[in-house]
Amino acid sequence: MIQFRGVNKWFGPLHVLKDIDLHIAAGEVVVVCGPSGSGKSTLIRCINKLEPIQKGEIVVDGMPLNDPATDITKLRAEVGMVFQQFNLYPHMTARQNITLAPVKVRKQSREEAERLARDLLAKVGIPEKADDYPAQLSGGQQQRVAIARALAMQPKIMLFDEPTSALDPEMINEVLDVMVNLAREGMTMIVVTHEMGFAKKVSHRIIFMDEGRIVEEGAPHAFFANPKEERTRTFLSKILVH
Amino acid sequence: MSFDWGIIIANWKFLILQGLMGFGAFGGGTLRLAIPALVLGFILGVIVGLCRLAHRPWIHYPAVLYVEFFRGVPLVMVIFWFWFLIPQMTGQRLPEYTVALTAFVVFEAAYLGEIVRAGIQSVPRGQVEAATAGGLSYRQMMVHVILPQAIRNMIPSLVTQFIVLFKDTSLASIIGMMDLTKAAQTVSQREIRPFEMYLFIAVVYWIFTYSMSRFSQWLEVKMSPERAPTRRAALRAATAEAPA
Repeated sequence: MIQFRGVNKWFGPLHVLKDIDLHIAAGEVVVVCGPSGSGKSTLIRCINKLEPIQKGEIVVDGMPLNDPATDITKLRAEVGMVFQQFNLYPHMTARQNITLAPVKVRKQSREEAERLARDLLAKVGIPEKADDYPAQLSGGQQQRVAIARALAMQPKIMLFDEPTSALDPEMINEVLDVMVNLAREGMTMIVVTHEMGFAKKVSHRIIFMDEGRIVEEGAPHAFFANPKEERTRTFLSKILVH
Repeated sequence: MSFDWGIIIANWKFLILQGLMGFGAFGGGTLRLAIPALVLGFILGVIVGLCRLAHRPWIHYPAVLYVEFFRGVPLVMVIFWFWFLIPQMTGQRLPEYTVALTAFVVFEAAYLGEIVRAGIQSVPRGQVEAATAGGLSYRQMMVHVILPQAIRNMIPSLVTQFIVLFKDTSLASIIGMMDLTKAAQTVSQREIRPFEMYLFIAVVYWIFTYSMSRFSQWLEVKMSPERAPTRRAALRAATAEAPA
């Protein structure tokens, strides 16, 4: 579903992604972790071309990202994204946030989009919040609306960029529960997170990044039980202690 | 010192209908100048602001030059230029009204363009990313996501600039356009009643600018439905703050 071949990226003089090779199959749930500045957010932001790459090749659902013939808007419609800061449109209600892209990009009828929004809000557990504005919702509720907004485009891939990092502790689980259900339904997901409970529960593979490289990857059981690399062990000891 | 307020009543048709509204033999008119200047200046300002934000240098730099130039010269000078330059270039004199309107639109668009630019830049980057990731085109993103938030943030500065523009229209009287100021000047010279006349027009200008300022406050609330607390939330906040 997603292929990275020899991907390199620079922010000015800063080399943020180094020779990334990565294949992600349809239906796979991949967790990406690593210290801050390791390039993990940049990695997933390349998948929908929020960030351009300077070297190498990325192919998403058969569409090569750097080919000028590829319709990037079409590609972005296939890839849903959830951000750390939610990024809901503050001047629109939860329902309007969800229906905007389906109506404008997918050219769905308003009734169809509204029905879908209702179903999705029920799915993320807040059907009663359809007419609330983001400022009237808690962080956890906002993030669930953001997930519903991304799902409304019926994407084949969902990207999560630290979806629970900006949340109060008691709201983390309500968001993770939605993500667990999504994983169990067979959605292809790439999740940048430090929620190792989530990784153990539903992920098929964990990728550990440091300084722009993929240091280690493996199935969650092996990854946690006996990490091969010293760098991984240090990192895990720091986040698993508490 | 004695005042004769009667001259306001005696000349009200000339002052209000001709001077303020522009109905009469002299054309002109403060409102007839200010309203189109404001609308056209804003439209040109949005274009200038968007051009300044463009990445392509051949769009970006002319806009920068335009803004920096017209912000750097006095308005009176711009009015004089158009007044003396257009007849020299075209060989015919344009009416005072047309010259004043052109000068105001061109001048104000520089200021309004900067307000538009700042307003667009005040929208957090995450909004652009969310809209882009959702598959929206640049135009769809601007129309549905960025501009609605930007314009809301611009309202206070825009209204301030509109108030400045409204008052500056009095400068059109220097090329002889019959506006409220010129009308007051005419009456005052004829009747030798400058105090009454200039106090009267001060009150008229103030009524309009104060209304604009109140309208701006109303509009800010109106355009921010999500910021307006619900009745229950307002009650809750009130009870929480009340001393026990």
